[in-house]
Amino acid sequence: MHESRLNRAWLLLLVITGVTFWMGESGSSAGSLAVALAVLGLAFVKGMLVALEFLELREAPALWRWLIAGWLVLVLGLIVLAYALGLP
Amino acid sequence: MSSTVSSASDPVLRETDRPHAPRLRGDLGVWFVILLELLTFAILFVAYAFARNREPAVFQAGQATLDLHSGALNTVLLITGSWCVARAVQAVRRDAVQAGARWLLGALVCGGGFVVVKLAEYAGKAQAWADMGDDTFYMLYFMLTGFHFLHVVVGMIAIVYLWWRTRRGAYGRHDCHALETGAAFWHMVDLLWIVLFPLVYVLR
Repeated sequence: MHESRLNRAWLLLLVITGVTFWMGESGSSAGSLAVALAVLGLAFVKGMLVALEFLELREAPALWRWLIAGWLVLVLGLIVLAYALGLP
Repeated sequence: MSSTVSSASDPVLRETDRPHAPRLRGDLGVWFVILLELLTFAILFVAYAFARNREPAVFQAGQATLDLHSGALNTVLLITGSWCVARAVQAVRRDAVQAGARWLLGALVCGGGFVVVKLAEYAGKAQAWADMGDDTFYMLYFMLTGFHFLHVVVGMIAIVYLWWRTRRGAYGRHDCHALETGAAFWHMVDLLWIVLFPLVYVLR
C-alpha cells in the first residue's frame, strides 16, 4: 500500500517536472506573471508531495506539515512578489 | 529469556497497536538541522529573486547561458533518487533488507548522475567563473547551486554508509531510525532543488 502511494507520488512529480520544463522551453514564461504563478504553484505541489509522501509528514504531527507548507508559501510567495515588482 | 523476547517484539507491537499515531520519522535533532537549512536557503532564494529585480539585464544574459535540459534532467534524477530512498525505507521496514540495499544503490546512481551533470554544467561555465567578480548573476548562481551541490555530496556519503549498514542487516523492522534520518536529509536536498530549479532555470 505504502509502495503504490510512493510510486504514484513519483510519477506525479515526473509529470509536473515535464510540464514545468515545457513551460520554460516554450519561451512563454518570459515576462508573464501568469506563467510565473503557474510554475511556482506547481513547485508548491511538488514540494508538498515530497513532504507528505517521501518525508512521511502525512503521518507526523500536524505542526511539521505546517512548517514545510509555510516555508514553501513564504519562499515561493516572495519569489512571485519580486517577479511581479520587476515586470515593466 | 522471556524478557528478551518481549523487548524484541515491543516496537512491532507498538506499531500494530497504534498504526495511526502521529510520528515524525527520523531523528528530531536532524529535523532541526533541516529547518535551519531551509531557512538558510530561503534567504538565498529570496536574495536571488530581488537581486534579479535590480539587474534584469544581467540576469537575463546569465540565465540565457543556462541549459534548461540539464536543469530538468537533474530534477528527474533528484526526484527519482528521493523515491528510491523512500522505497528503501519501506523495504527495510518489512525486513526485506537486500531489496532495501538495492534501492539505496539506485539512489546513489541518481545522485552520481546529478553530480556528473552539474560538474559538466560548471565546466562549461569556467570562463564565467573567472569573471564572476563583476557579475551578480554568476555570483548568486554559483553560491546557490554550489551550496546545494555540497548537500547532494554529503547526502550521498550518508547513503553510502547506510547502504553498507543495511546490507549487513543493521536495520529492519526492529530499528529503522538511522535510515529514516538519512532519508529525511536526502529528501530535504530534493525539496530545495524543487524551488531552485524553477527559480534559476525556468523563470526568465
